Amino acid sequence: MMPQAGAHTGESRAALPALAAGLALLGIGLLFAMVIIAALPAFLDHGAGSVFTWSWRPYRGEFGILAMLSGSVILSVSALLLAWPLALALCFWIITSPRSPFLVPVRGCLRLMTAVPTVVYGFAAVFLITPLVRAGLGGSGFCWLAAALVLTLLVLPTMALIMEAGLAPRLSALCPGGLAVGLDRMELLWFFVLPLSRKTLLAAALLGLGRAFGDTLVPLMLAGNAPQIPAGPGDSLRTLTAHMALVTANEVGGAAYNSLFAAGALLLAVTALTSLMLRRIQAALDTGAEQQ
Amino acid sequence: MTRPLCFRLITAIAPLTAALLPACLLGLLAFLVFKGLPTLGMELFFGDTPPVAALLGRQPVWDGLWPACAGSLCLVGLTLGLSLFPGVGCGIFLAEYAPPRLKSLAGAAVDMLAGTPSIVMGLFGFTLILFLRHTFMPGATTCLLLAAGCLALLVLPVLIVGTREALEAVPQNLILTAASLGLTKNQRIRHVQLPAAAPGIWSGVILALGRAAEDTAVIMLTGVVANAGLPAGIGAKFEALPFSIFYTAAQYQSPEELQRAFGAALVLLLLAGGLILAARFFENRYRRRWQGSAA
Repeated sequence: MMPQAGAHTGESRAALPALAAGLALLGIGLLFAMVIIAALPAFLDHGAGSVFTWSWRPYRGEFGILAMLSGSVILSVSALLLAWPLALALCFWIITSPRSPFLVPVRGCLRLMTAVPTVVYGFAAVFLITPLVRAGLGGSGFCWLAAALVLTLLVLPTMALIMEAGLAPRLSALCPGGLAVGLDRMELLWFFVLPLSRKTLLAAALLGLGRAFGDTLVPLMLAGNAPQIPAGPGDSLRTLTAHMALVTANEVGGAAYNSLFAAGALLLAVTALTSLMLRRIQAALDTGAEQQ
Repeated sequence: MTRPLCFRLITAIAPLTAALLPACLLGLLAFLVFKGLPTLGMELFFGDTPPVAALLGRQPVWDGLWPACAGSLCLVGLTLGLSLFPGVGCGIFLAEYAPPRLKSLAGAAVDMLAGTPSIVMGLFGFTLILFLRHTFMPGATTCLLLAAGCLALLVLPVLIVGTREALEAVPQNLILTAASLGLTKNQRIRHVQLPAAAPGIWSGVILALGRAAEDTAVIMLTGVVANAGLPAGIGAKFEALPFSIFYTAAQYQSPEELQRAFGAALVLLLLAGGLILAARFFENRYRRRWQGSAA
């Protein structure tokens, strides 16, 4: 703020928003600093009890979290592989049926679904999905497949809405002429809009990946939480997020906490990277780099 | 012209997905209503305790949701109290005052915070308490205030982005008119832009409220417990609705307990649905207000 402006009655109010922004940024900085500093010992220690090993047996002094890391990756990627094509198909339906009587209800459902608490999804799935999975694959039903299905449902609405927001304006720009030439909306979308919309599709995928990777309740309630690499969709797995919840609930400190901090820092690193990539893509979309 | 297989495939499954998603939502809703609706009533919240005595805190409630509801209510109120000023203020700052470089840096920080999983916010609170225990306050423990502070970080991006977008969507001609009438920048923001953007900001606040009420991962690491009774103060442990659902699903002892969890899940779902409808209402009002003048 300029010094002479301070005397002006109106100008002094800018101090409040600046203070608020300072507070908010301080909070963000503190979060990142705290999580990273707490994880440093775990990352620097490579001796016995290091977190970068494959076996988690606390009673034998083995605190490896690599199985959880791969569990997180396997689960979120499989949920994404299920959700992304479905989201694309749904987005196709929404923007190619402008006169369907179901359009408004379907979009309303999508928006409502973005607000369903994850704990409610997890709770209902314990009684609805796991018996089906148990009947189909055997075992307890608390496994990779059950968690992946529910995560798919969790990330799908957001992804479909992002895709719609990106693709719909481009289709409507092509529409009168394209329809006059004799192509229908679906063909215009597939052959003309889609090849130019890679970034929107990538942004939707990244957003879905970030959400699936960071979700705690669904894997914790449904994936069975055995610290192992699953051999198939009927096997139990444990994600980093679920691991953190379990360690804080069951352990009382020491080396087990090191794995907690390391898991937190890994999660933070992955999601922060995802956010930054999303931001770059979004900036490119805003300047219209995709539309030349 | 032959079409690629992918094209035919996606054309075929597009209507199916459009049917599938609402079916999933309706299935979920029907299941929870079927299981939870019979439990809805005074019994569900207060158990055998007389409601008035329970509300006033004279008698403890052992077999009802009231302590969890009260805990959630305190938590959400405290969270809003902690996050409203930094969130809305930072949104105003970023929309109106920040120099471009700071704007993009702060924007990146806010985006990263928005993408951070909620359990990491919980970990932050957990680490903070461990740190305090080893330094200034050996007696520090996880509590209501800590949980609210971490939840405030979680909802901060919602508030900042909501406020910023609402302010930036105020039509340019309104701003020009205010400036041409001789209002200073601060007067213009205070008396023209903020009132104009208020519905948009409200919708952000309501979305933030919903996130704070439904999040489970943060409070799991920062002091929620299954049996605390009514919250005794901001330094005490507490119960919360989402956690009681999670806990019951894992540890229920009797069919009655499970019934109560179904009731709780239904209540939470209705709450979340109601909040998003309210947010939409404000958003639509905001749009309608500017639809004519924005052109």
